[in-house]
This record gives sequence, C-alpha cells and structure tokens, in this order.
Amino acid sequence: MQEHFQYLYEMLTQVQGYIYPNEIDLQWGLLIVLYPYITGLVAGAFILASLERVFNVKVLKPTYELALLTALAFLLVATMPLISHLGHPERFYEIMITPHADSAMAIFGFVYLWYLMVVLLLEIWFDYRREIVIWSRQEKGLKKWLYKILTLGVTDLSPRTLRWDEKIGYFVTVVGIPSAFLLHGYVGFIFGSVKANPWWSTVLMPVIFLFSAMVSGIALVLVIYMGVSYLRRKKIDMKALDTIAKYLFYILILDFTLEGLDQVHRIYEAEESFEILSLLVHGPLFLTFFIFQIFLGTIIPLVSLGILQLYKPGEMARRTIYFISSILVLFGIFFMRWNVVIGGQLFSKSFYGFTDYKIRLAGSEGLLWSMVWIILPFLILAFLLWLLPPWKKAEAKSI
Amino acid sequence: MPPQLKTLIPLFILFILAFLIARHFLVPDSFGKEGHYRFESVEDNKEMPMFYAGNEACAECHDKAAEMEYDMHADLTCETCHGPGMAHYENPDNKLIMPRDRSFCGLCHASNNTRKYKLAQVDLEEHNPGMKCVECHNPHLPWEIAE
Ligand code: HEC
Ligand code: HEC
Ligand code: HEC
Ligand code: HEC
Repeated sequence: MQEHFQYLYEMLTQVQGYIYPNEIDLQWGLLIVLYPYITGLVAGAFILASLERVFNVKVLKPTYELALLTALAFLLVATMPLISHLGHPERFYEIMITPHADSAMAIFGFVYLWYLMVVLLLEIWFDYRREIVIWSRQEKGLKKWLYKILTLGVTDLSPRTLRWDEKIGYFVTVVGIPSAFLLHGYVGFIFGSVKANPWWSTVLMPVIFLFSAMVSGIALVLVIYMGVSYLRRKKIDMKALDTIAKYLFYILILDFTLEGLDQVHRIYEAEESFEILSLLVHGPLFLTFFIFQIFLGTIIPLVSLGILQLYKPGEMARRTIYFISSILVLFGIFFMRWNVVIGGQLFSKSFYGFTDYKIRLAGSEGLLWSMVWIILPFLILAFLLWLLPPWKKAEAKSI
Repeated sequence: MPPQLKTLIPLFILFILAFLIARHFLVPDSFGKEGHYRFESVEDNKEMPMFYAGNEACAECHDKAAEMEYDMHADLTCETCHGPGMAHYENPDNKLIMPRDRSFCGLCHASNNTRKYKLAQVDLEEHNPGMKCVECHNPHLPWEIAE
C-alpha cells in the first residue's frame, strides 16, 4: 500500500492542468490495449479464412487452415489480458455465472463463448474430421490418443458422412461470419458506448474496430504464412500471397477512410470536447497517433501495397515488401488500440487537463505479463500445427 | 440425422448442463439478497485494513486541528499533507510524511490557468525562489508569516 501512495504522489507531479482526483491513475493499461488487439487478430484471421470457403476464393486454399488455427490460437488467449488485469483473477468465472444484463462486458463473456464453441471449434472439427480419424488409425502413442479423443467417437468415413462434414462445415462458416463481426464489433461497442468519453463515444467505433481487425488479422496470417513456409523450407504460393496482399490493400483503404471519416466528423462538429482532443493528439499522442498509427502503420503500407497493384517486380522484392508492410500494419493497429484505450484516459473529463501513463515493467499490469500474452498464442499455434498440420491433409489417405 | 450431430448435440447439451450445475454450486450464498452483488462482501470489506484515520483522531493528541480553524487551510485535512495516518494513530513511532518541498505546496498553489479563481496561486519561479515555503508560511496557519 505504501508504494501505492508513493506512486500516487509521483503521478501527481506528472499531471497537467486541472483533472479530477480519480483520473490520476489510468485504470486501463497495456493489458486492456492487448484485449481489442488480440480479439481483432482473431476476427480478422477468421474472416480471411471464410473468404476462401464462403466466397469460394480458391487461390486462398493454402492459407485456409492456417488462418483458422491462427484464429483459434489467438482466441484461446484473448481473454487472458482481461483476466490478469483483474484484482482477483481467480474470480474470473463470476462474470459468467452471475452476469448483469446491463453490463456490456458481462455479455461479452457469452459472445466469446458462442464464437469459440459454436463457430471456431466446430468449423475446425468439421474441416479436419476425416484426417483426424485417419490419423487416429495411423499414428502411435500419445498422438493416437489425442486424435482418438478429437474424433469424439464419430469415426464414420463413408462418402455420405463426409458430405455432411462439408455441408455442416459450410453452414458453420456462414454463421461464423456474422459471429466474427459480432465478436469484434462488440469490442468496439464496449468502447463506443461509453458516452462520457468523447474520444470513444461514436457509433462508428464498432465499424472502425471491425475493419482494423480485418486489416490486422489478414496481415498476421500473411506474416505467419511466410514464416511457416520459411521454417518448413517450402516454396511460398505467390498467387495466394498476392491475393492476400490485395485484400489487405483494399481493406486498409476502407479502414483508413472510415477512420478519416470519424476524424473529419469530429473536426467539423468541433464539439466542446474538441479543443482537448486536439491538444491530445498533438501532445501526448503525437508519436503514437501521427507517426506510428497513421504514417508507419497506414500510409507506408498503403503506398507500397498500392504500387504493387500497378507494377509487379520480381517475387523476392514482392515478398519483402509484403512482409514489411504486414509487420508495419500489425505495429500500426497495435498503436491504434493504444491510442483508443490509453488516449481516451489521458485527458480529463473536465476537458481542462491531462494525466500521464507510464508502463511498469513488473506486476500484473506490467510489460512482462503483456509479453507473455503476445508470445503464448504463437506457442499454441505451434502446437496446433504439430497436431493438425494443414500440409499433411492432402496426403492423408484412408486405409 | 448425420452421425456428427448425433454426437455433437448431446455433447452441447451436456456442456450446458455442466455449466448450470457448476453455476448452482459456484454462486455465493448471499448473492442477490440485497441486489446484484454478494451481500457478505460488505462484511469482508469491513475487515480490510484502514489507512486513513481522519482529523478527529489526530485531535486526540495534537491541538493543531483546533488551531488551524482560524486560517485559510482550515478546510484541509491533516492527512492531505501528512499522508495516511492510521499507522501513526495506532503507534506514534510510525513517522508521517513531512512535506517541506516547494513542489509540494506547488501541487495546489502553482500558477494554473485552469483554476485561477478557485485557489490562491503564486508563480513558483518568482515567489521568493530558493527558499522553502514553510520558512515563511506556517503550513497550518499560512497567513502567519515568519519574519
Ligand atoms: C496517540 C496520540 C497521537 C495521535 C492520535 C496522533 N499523533 Fe501525531 N504524534 C504523536 C507523538 C507522541 C508525536 C511525537 C513523536 C516523535 O516526535 O517521535 C507525534 C508526531 C507527529 C508529527 C511530527 C512527526 C515528526 O517526524 O516530527 C506529525 C506530522 C503528526 N504527529 C501528525 C499526526 C496526524 C496527522 C495525526 C492524525 C492522523 C496524528 N499525528 C495523530 C502522537 C499522536
Ligand atoms: C498544508 C499541508 C498541511 C496540513 C493540512 C497539515 N500539516 Fe502538519 N505540517 C505540514 C508541514 C509542511 C510541516 C513541517 C513544518 C516545518 O518543518 O516547519 C508540518 C508539521 C507538523 C507537525 C510537526 C511540527 C509542528 O509544527 O509541530 C505536526 C505535529 C503536524 N504537522 C500536525 C498536523 C495536524 C495534526 C494536522 C491536521 C490538523 C496537520 N498537521 C495539517 C503541513 C501540513
Ligand atoms: C491540498 C491542497 C493544498 C496544499 C498542498 C497547500 N495548500 Fe495552501 N491553500 C489551499 C486551500 C484550499 C486554501 C484556501 C483557499 C484559497 O486560497 O482561496 C489555501 C490557502 C493558502 C494560503 C492563503 C491564500 C489566500 O488566499 O489568502 C497560503 C498562503 C497557503 N495556502 C500556503 C500554502 C503553503 C505554504 C503550502 C505548503 C506547505 C500549502 N499552502 C499547501 C490548499 C492547499
Ligand atoms: C520569504 C518568505 C516567503 C516564502 C519563502 C514564501 N512566501 Fe508566500 N508569501 C509571503 C508573503 C510575505 C506573502 C504576502 C504578500 C504577497 O502576496 O507577496 C505571501 C503570499 C503568498 C500567497 C498568497 C498570494 C495571494 O495572491 O493571495 C500564497 C498562495 C503563497 N504566498 C504561497 C507560497 C508558496 C506555495 C511558497 C513556496 C513555494 C511560498 N509562498 C514561499 C512570503 C513568503
């Protein structure tokens, strides 16, 4: 407790202008930045996978399963930043057993569960069921048992049943697209519905979150696809890569336009909060907003991906540009979440002052925990790729 | 019916049942007694350690409080400046903060356009620089100025 007061007195000297007493310390720190970031990656990766299936974009086939497994790996971690942010993480389940119908956050628990259980797990299961059954017969030891459990006892491989896999899987994907929109639109809604905060409160928020989610998810799958191909020393399917990059480019345009629209609207309306928000983006958020989010994270990828739509250099050059652009997009979207979450708490609701935010290294809100939640999904993905390798699907022949 | 659904539907029903059973056991007994919260948490909160003692507590041993009433700092509580005092209240050997720095008084009194008319302000750079505020102003009776 003593350190807490020490911290408080320290923070008091960082305050500018007039703020209310409860605004000194940011309640939502780095972990809450990760929460929309990670859920966004999930929704984006899933939507990319659905493109292949529902809209029948055949060139994307090489990344279909990869995108699904990426979505799953990140979805499993998506709630972790929230849970570790709690004062009593061991009570996390209470949000599910005693949800308050008025609470946007409480309902998110069910949106999440729906998406995990009914959409993602089912889609992956239907997609892999044939192979899981075959592998459960061929493999030995631990792996055999894992596959046996995963079949859930449905080992029928007759053409009729396989057709059902296809049909129900398709149905799940169709249900999945609105669900993915719901999942991430909902995260945007949680922020957009805070009417006391002029930086958050806009009806465009869910839409902006959704499009930035697609952008970041597509960039992530692109990076992971390139990384996995590199590690497996396999040639990258340039057709698929070009197509993903094309989608990335188009959706980035939409995302940028929407965010621009939001800002133009804000600037033209110039409500009473405008002055403080303008000070905010030109002051404390200058680096993360103008430089990181807009310049590095949007303009540079837009220009470089845009040029590639008109003029196609050699494969090597294209790959390098795709890779760098995707990394920049991922970086930019992270700071977009940062600017929303942290930015929205830096200015006082009196509109007369600012507080400050310093990342702490250790502790449950600190940098180290956040790193864990960023690295963990990649480990889970590695495990999933070991268990359900997409590249071995074609080879799996029944005996 | 496809064999997949023959397995999945019972599994989902089982899952929902397990959830409902777990819920039955996990919801705290006193939940919902007086509203959407665990009523017993009131008792738990009463047991939390206290950090602030309040002005009356200080007045038991120090007559500063009575003294302060006659000057401009009358509305401040002791612990605004001296920090949480419960530990000191229980045992005076626990020292409190003695905020003698200029920057401390500046937290409230430094020039700040946003609260110009609410609080007397001085420019810290110009108002007798190089000296501690408490060398002239008695912090408890700020208009009692030392010569
Ligand atoms: C039980 C009686 C008692 C109570 C109640 C009490 N104090 Fe004290 N206080 C003392 C004594 C005795 C000393 C002198 C201790 C010393 O000099 O070591 C002291 C010293 C102090 C000092 C000077 C410390 C220093 O380092 O010179 C401050 C400031 C102070 N008290 C503030 C408070 C405040 C604020 C409260 C109310 C939260 C309070 N006291 C309540 C007995 C008390
Ligand atoms: C505006 C901030 C402020 C408030 C409010 C305040 N103090 Fe102090 N107090 C100080 C400072 C600064 C000193 C150190 C003075 C010095 O070194 O000359 C001090 C010193 C003391 C001392 C030890 C020196 C002395 O003058 O005896 C005691 C005891 C004390 N305060 C008690 C209290 C009590 C009791 C209250 C509440 C009734 C209180 N103070 C309210 C700022 C404050
Ligand atoms: C927690 C905020 C706070 C702190 C810290 C504080 N003061 Fe004050 N001070 C006030 C308030 C409130 C008033 C009375 C309102 C007003 O000035 O109009 C006041 C009044 C005064 C006045 C009289 C001003 C007038 O209008 O006549 C002086 C002088 C003063 N304080 C000096 C000090 C000194 C010296 C310190 C540091 C030991 C200090 N104050 C610390 C809040 C504070
Ligand atoms: C050299 C002694 C001295 C020192 C040191 C000193 N003051 Fe003063 N202060 C005075 C005198 C004398 C006055 C009344 C005349 C005036 O307004 O200048 C005064 C007036 C004030 C007033 C009332 C101003 C107003 O407009 O009503 C405040 C507030 C104040 N001082 C705060 C402080 C603070 C805070 C510090 C430390 C940063 C400080 N003083 C340091 C002597 C001092």
